[in-house]
Amino acid sequence: MANKPKIPNIAEIMADIKSGKIWSDLAKKFTESQIWTSSFRHGYADTPRNRVLQIASNVWLHLHPVKIHRHALRIKFTWCMGGITFLLFLSTVVTGVILMFYYRPVGEYAYFDMKYLQYDVPFGMLMRNMHRWAAHAMVITVWLHMFRVFLTGSYKPPREFNWVIGVFLVTFTLLLSFTGYLLPWDQLAMWAVTVGTNMARGTPFLGHEGPFQEYVPLISPRYDARSVLLGGSLVGPPALLRFYVLHCIFIPLVAGALMIVHFWRIRKDGGISGPL
Amino acid sequence: MATAVKKKTAEDLPEKVHVWPYLVRLEFLCALIVIVGLTVWSIVVDAPLEEAANPTKTPNPSKAPWYFLGLQDILVYFDPWFAGVVAPVLIIVGLMLIPYLDVNPKGNGYYTYAERKLAIWVYSFGFIVLWIALIIMGVFLRGPGWNLFMPWQYWDPHKVVALVNVDLPYAFGFRDYWNSAMFGGAVVLGYFGLGTAGYMFLERKAIKSVGILRMLLKINLMLIMMGIVIKIVLRLAFNIKYVLVTPWFNI
Repeated sequence: MANKPKIPNIAEIMADIKSGKIWSDLAKKFTESQIWTSSFRHGYADTPRNRVLQIASNVWLHLHPVKIHRHALRIKFTWCMGGITFLLFLSTVVTGVILMFYYRPVGEYAYFDMKYLQYDVPFGMLMRNMHRWAAHAMVITVWLHMFRVFLTGSYKPPREFNWVIGVFLVTFTLLLSFTGYLLPWDQLAMWAVTVGTNMARGTPFLGHEGPFQEYVPLISPRYDARSVLLGGSLVGPPALLRFYVLHCIFIPLVAGALMIVHFWRIRKDGGISGPL
Repeated sequence: MATAVKKKTAEDLPEKVHVWPYLVRLEFLCALIVIVGLTVWSIVVDAPLEEAANPTKTPNPSKAPWYFLGLQDILVYFDPWFAGVVAPVLIIVGLMLIPYLDVNPKGNGYYTYAERKLAIWVYSFGFIVLWIALIIMGVFLRGPGWNLFMPWQYWDPHKVVALVNVDLPYAFGFRDYWNSAMFGGAVVLGYFGLGTAGYMFLERKAIKSVGILRMLLKINLMLIMMGIVIKIVLRLAFNIKYVLVTPWFNI
């Protein structure tokens, strides 16, 4: 009779659940199993020293300080928008690289590569959708991030310069999205970019329809601020190639460099802002 | 027996917390929600792809990407050199100057309206009205010919709109070029001159502590921003096209 296993009654189980003991019991069962102990050589002791090391000795996490102000955890304070913007940027990098495997920025091919991506490439449509929606969402989240930073007065000393970097990043976010807008090479793309770049005709001094252009030699529809952007006097194949290079190489590199400075300055300026 | 747990108060909590696990788990959760949301959205809604680009077939209306539609809408009221070039440059430079122009030491790192009313009003007005509202209008209410259509109206490409706009000097009875230009120039210079002078006079006590360059930049950027609104009102309410007409540029 002594070897008979004890059958727990409902009341005991409920008491275990209520007290949380059931979770520690379950965890113990897992972490003491042969599979677990053979896979992980040692446990993780939740000590202050280990908490610090988790951040400081991890290449991905050491972007963080090891300790932050309590208020920096509050979503009501941060809106989480800066982090979400960065995450969406990373999503566009991953999906964008995949799209680059299938897309050629050539007038004859670009549109048909889009069709190929959408109808023949496995998960091509999904990759394209994620790239586009992440890019649009990024525009919105970066605006909201900026609005939050303004409302909390976080641009005030000592963070003035990081606000300036942030304004550059907002601008580059819009330029990234705008240069990507042309790449599908459909009617929507061509005419949106035509409308957008037509503005450059009106550049004072440097646009062929702008004020005072008559005093600048050589300014003509073929050689002005707009044609430098487009590589010609209209949105044609040279513009497609130019926007592709700007979109995939130049702007991401510059924006990435500025992001590094932006994140670095957050820490150097004493972590995210808060009441003194 | 349950013992009464002392309720934790803010003073009992340490001021600083470890990033691992408190921040990292929040970031992880947030990233998870965003990525799941993005994936579901991307499965459900397809990105648009219209017919192949055709330089001989201009759609009506031709719209810039949605985030630039605020600027495109300002084209109704201003020429391209301002709406498409000078205004965006001023927006970017003006935003960069904010920390150097706003010298109010209060409200650094916390939400407050009472301690910085003007700053919050100016930024919110620029962001919500001049940027977001114009974008919404550009996306949903602008149809063929960039005419205004209510959401329930048919986008009629042949909608007749009376061209009754006149320049401000004309409305005041000036008919010849030089008098018109002098009048228009006087209005523009007077707006900026009187606006600046009035502000400097009202805030004369602050000149010493804030600095004259800072105050000049601040008031003129704000006058330009208000000028855009004034121009919109002049056009919509009084059918005024330009205030100043010159051979080189029009305002």
